Amino acid sequence: MSQTRFAESHEWVRLDGETAVVGISDHAQNALGDVVFVDLPEVGREVEAGESVAVVESVKAASDIYAPIAGTIAAVNAALVDNPGQVNSDPMGEGWFFTITPRDAGDIGKLMDADAYARHAEAGH
Amino acid sequence: MADTESLLETPLAGLHREIGGRMVGFAGYAMPVQYPAGIIAEHQACRAGAALFDVSHMGQAELRGEGAAAALERVTPAEIQALKPGRQRYALLMNESGGIIDDFMVANLGDRLFLVVNASRKAMDFQEIGAALPAGVSIVPRPDRALLALQGPGAEAMLAPLAEGNVAAMPFMGVLESPVAGVPALITRSGYTGEDGFEIGIPAEGAEKVARALLAAGASPAGLGARDSLRLEAGLPLYGQDIDETTSPVEAALTFSLGKRRRIAWDFRGAERVREELDSGPKRLRVGILPDGRQPARAHTEIALGGSTIGEVTSGGFGPSLNAPVAMGYVARAHAGDGTALELMVRGRAIPARIAPTPFVPHRYKRTAGASA
Repeated sequence: MSQTRFAESHEWVRLDGETAVVGISDHAQNALGDVVFVDLPEVGREVEAGESVAVVESVKAASDIYAPIAGTIAAVNAALVDNPGQVNSDPMGEGWFFTITPRDAGDIGKLMDADAYARHAEAGH
Repeated sequence: MADTESLLETPLAGLHREIGGRMVGFAGYAMPVQYPAGIIAEHQACRAGAALFDVSHMGQAELRGEGAAAALERVTPAEIQALKPGRQRYALLMNESGGIIDDFMVANLGDRLFLVVNASRKAMDFQEIGAALPAGVSIVPRPDRALLALQGPGAEAMLAPLAEGNVAAMPFMGVLESPVAGVPALITRSGYTGEDGFEIGIPAEGAEKVARALLAAGASPAGLGARDSLRLEAGLPLYGQDIDETTSPVEAALTFSLGKRRRIAWDFRGAERVREELDSGPKRLRVGILPDGRQPARAHTEIALGGSTIGEVTSGGFGPSLNAPVAMGYVARAHAGDGTALELMVRGRAIPARIAPTPFVPHRYKRTAGASA
């Protein structure tokens, strides 16, 4: 499994074989608070980098989740429908949202690494 | 983050930060939206035990002078003159066109009335009330006072050992002046969660002492997030969202707050509209709404029926006690019956929902002194 990269909009992405797994960062889940509902994209949908593809609802607000890279939605984490709290309890693991077949796997490497993202999050973005 | 610098703080700001409160701007104040436990845990702590809320941002004022009760009736349709000493009541501050300027609580302290109004409206309220008062009656804002809400079935057992007076004997909407943790306090048995509980008014300088004593007694700190989900499950309207200067007491389903004598005399501001709507029915009504599934429908969500818009959600979110989304909003009166199926338009999709009676979670107020609720 490759290194995890992060988008400015707080999604993480990690190449796992042919597809890239996407979720939201620990910083993001903490800022959202208790997640109660996740609206996942349709499998097969073609998405552009930065496109709003999912919605995560906490007790107090709804927030968009953006595709960190361009590609095609390959799978969604159906377990989140019944157990959206996984986004809070294990954001970087069981709380993943969807996988993308990248248009260009090289796009992942252009995103922030963990250290750069930590500085980005700490700066209050 | 920078904009929190211009916000006012309550006397408990230091305590909130010390125990991990996440501060947000609300009605001009830096207030905790949640603590590390999170909104759902704070909500459930209130339903199961007791939660402590800082509501010091709310407006507090005394109404002093001969005839204060009659004077207040100039701006509210509630029965104030018959409000007994030691009792509190919910009331509406009305405008001339029958809209609601604010909703507030009024307590009779014997020699004066004591008001608690919404933070976002306090300047306007005090101005409106003050302008309506006759010579000899005055409104005295009390920004020197803090206000705590201790809410939940465990509240009485936590407060009783700290209070000199007999808080256990207080009925719902009862009022007692008694020291708490050695600090002189004005205690009312009321709140905004649907649970039994107390609101405790104290001098600002004593607020931290009382709050720490209640936390040490086992109360869970709770923020604005849980306050909102609790009041929503309890079916209680929030000023600025569910009621405002365009909504009437009839539309807002708050006619219980109109005094019987007042509804004979029709001697209050906006009486013409209220009377007309009571006679002929209002155009729209505030109702409870339960969406199917788990997806919340937020404020301003369109409510549709058969492809036509019939109303709008005014408050909506997730109800942790129901483990389901809950909402309230206004619909055309013809469609306001309990059980009516409707659709909520969320991000372009129609979510099936139905109108449901409120409260969604039954109120557990202490109706009779000494009896177990």
